[in-house]
Amino acid sequence: MRSRGKIAWSALAPVVLAGVMSTQCSPSAPKSARKAGVSDAAIAAEKTYVAPGDLDEYYMFSSGGQSGNIYVYGLPSMRHISTIPVYSPYPATGYGFDDASKAMLGGYTWGDVHHPSLSETKGDYDGRWLFANDMNGRIARIDLRDFKTKQIYGPVPNVSGNHSGAYLTPNSEYAMMGSRFSIPLPKGTYAPIDKYAGEYKGVVAAIKIDPKDGQMSLGWQILMPPFDYDLGDAGKLVSDGWMFWTSYNTERATGKLEVTASQRDRDYIAAVNWRAAEAAINAGKGDLIGGVKVLDPKKNPGIVYLIPCSKSPHGVDVSPDGKYIIGSGKLAGITTAFNFEKIQTAIRNKDYEGEEDGIPVLKYDSVKDAEIPVGLGPLHTQFGPNGEAYTSLFVDSAVAKWKLGTWEVIDKIPVSYSIGHLAAAEGDTVSPDGKYLVALNKLSHGRHLSVGPAQPESSQLIDISDEKMKLLYDAFTEPEPHYAQIVKADKIHPIEVYPKEENHHPLAVWDVNQAGVTRNGNKVTVKMVAVRSTLTPTSFEVNEGDIVTIAITNIEQTTDELHGFGLLDYNINVIVDPGETKTVTFTAKKGVFPYYCTNFCSALHQEMQGYLLVKPR
Amino acid sequence: MKPTLADRSARFLHQPVGLWPRALLGLAAACVLVIYVLPLWNLTMFAPQYPDGLRLDIYDHTLAGGNNGQDIKEINLLNHYIGMHDLTVEGFTEFKWMPFALGGIALILLRAMVFGTVKELVDAFMVFMYFGAFSLWSFGYKLYQYGHELAPTAAVKVPPFMPPMFGYRQIANFEVYSYPRAGTYVMVAAMSSVTLALFLAWRQRARHAAA
Repeated sequence: MRSRGKIAWSALAPVVLAGVMSTQCSPSAPKSARKAGVSDAAIAAEKTYVAPGDLDEYYMFSSGGQSGNIYVYGLPSMRHISTIPVYSPYPATGYGFDDASKAMLGGYTWGDVHHPSLSETKGDYDGRWLFANDMNGRIARIDLRDFKTKQIYGPVPNVSGNHSGAYLTPNSEYAMMGSRFSIPLPKGTYAPIDKYAGEYKGVVAAIKIDPKDGQMSLGWQILMPPFDYDLGDAGKLVSDGWMFWTSYNTERATGKLEVTASQRDRDYIAAVNWRAAEAAINAGKGDLIGGVKVLDPKKNPGIVYLIPCSKSPHGVDVSPDGKYIIGSGKLAGITTAFNFEKIQTAIRNKDYEGEEDGIPVLKYDSVKDAEIPVGLGPLHTQFGPNGEAYTSLFVDSAVAKWKLGTWEVIDKIPVSYSIGHLAAAEGDTVSPDGKYLVALNKLSHGRHLSVGPAQPESSQLIDISDEKMKLLYDAFTEPEPHYAQIVKADKIHPIEVYPKEENHHPLAVWDVNQAGVTRNGNKVTVKMVAVRSTLTPTSFEVNEGDIVTIAITNIEQTTDELHGFGLLDYNINVIVDPGETKTVTFTAKKGVFPYYCTNFCSALHQEMQGYLLVKPR
Repeated sequence: MKPTLADRSARFLHQPVGLWPRALLGLAAACVLVIYVLPLWNLTMFAPQYPDGLRLDIYDHTLAGGNNGQDIKEINLLNHYIGMHDLTVEGFTEFKWMPFALGGIALILLRAMVFGTVKELVDAFMVFMYFGAFSLWSFGYKLYQYGHELAPTAAVKVPPFMPPMFGYRQIANFEVYSYPRAGTYVMVAAMSSVTLALFLAWRQRARHAAA
């Protein structure tokens, strides 16, 4: 009996074991999921709700990455208000179709915008212009009076892959840029890839900004070792006059960079005394390379220094008081705070631990103040009004809040997902506002209605007004938000129509009676008036092969009365704002071609149309 | 012998007016001159898409649109859809004669003040009142014309209408408000002064007769 009972028990044992084991299997969701990406609905709704007709408190200018655009958002609603086309044609506003903007694009139909940079006075946003880099070696200026791209400067000679721009100095003296992809210089020079370490060169470039009108001009450059110059920030207040850039691949490696450029435990922050560089250029120093005056640090000591920074750093951010330079090694678990004063002392004492192509490398322990254990994959830091620092953590998918000076990590908030940059309200100026922070996430992983495999990015609004950070809102942004800047709305004063008195376009006409066609040889000029609800002339004749220029003046002075001019079969569509004149030029092909107003304007918008009649030769 | 009515009225008309009526006449003349720089009437129109309204001020010599003159262009732009004439300064003959007439009235008032008999006072009163009444009629007639002389080819056909002269009226999607402005109030003040002057002169007559 006893043995039979034993057998029965033995038979039960696996069942019991299976029962016990089943309680030990992996959970269906991670522990962190319970707190990740949720917010207190009532508080969040109240904090982000901007009632119909009410205005947001902040503008956010978000980079559009490879779209070539800048996106304008309102905070705290996170509503997308407008798109500013910069490097790509944009039919919605006719950008890149009229003669002037087409010429400004210079044949390019894309750009890669990473870092918008608002103009500054004394280290604070002054609301005049917004600059933005393009990987194709260019910098653009947007006038915030009308939110229009006014200048695209470049491609700048010698700069190859302008990732590390467009960073402005505290009084908008320069827009800084640099090479991410070192190449043999000047452009057009050949050198085999195995000569990379010696014959390939990086440059950092200072593009001069006219303080009156923002017009950019060439400036000067500095020849740098063939590292990949990544991000930058200009010194401010005590560190004014200095510019800092992170660099990776200080291994000078080629090939599979994800491995070969990740071998050293520390790469560098390049610290450039730009006032000294400017003085050297004014003193006639510098060699002409690719038509630009370029300083070689070997021949011009005292201008460039290298600061060792934890592995493959991305962001370098100067604290609001200018005292600390925060470098974030993206393959490290720490963010490093360097002390500007200590950097100056080390330079004075020649406290070096080596050199790279004649550039002194400062001793790490002499210049760093703290290594802050923020978490994995720190990328970029922004600041609050009372010594708060916020660092994005790509690997951790989180934002860490810590304190300047005490270096303690106070709080951490998970974000969804894989944050790149972050933007705090005026968080990179001498006087950050606090209040809001936006996490600019690379991945959204379906936290939205599905739109197929090409998922949008995500920008999350975080309340930073209290000790603990609180998630408020998910917005889904168009590719590809890298950096963004958030500026108090009352700093920007846009016009709403172009005043008639300011229109000095030589082909502008302000009266339908002055509209008409003039011919000079085979060149035909059409002065066209757009006003509700007629495009005058309503038809005109030219000959096949004529070079036709149509200058469309929108003579409205009423807000929001835009008119379009779409010409069928010619790939032409321009939008003309109230008070504006735009021209399009094309060669006439025979036939009859309708044109019409493409921007809805009035009750009789549909009737706003005409015919281009082209007589055969 | 009791004086006849003719005698009495002749005596009254040649009777000099006192200090108060003269002062009131001077005040009225000054008011009339001030009217030149003041708007007489205002039309304000609101529609859903014009939340800030479109404003039109009428002076004795010109029209002034709100928003630096832009509103008048906008009003004309909208009105062209219903075939209305453009509101232009040239379209109002009133703007030519009104400043001239007001200047004349000021002179007549001053003349009455200086020469100071009831006769001149009555003349000034009559001319001024006639001017006021005619101006009001003229304004109303102009509004009527604008609302009724609509081009037969207009894109949008609306029945002829009378814009409000005073007060509020809904016209299609527009709330239209029409009210006098400072110039008219000053003019009414001037007219009241002249009326009061006449009244005081009448009371003086009683005292003259008693004396």
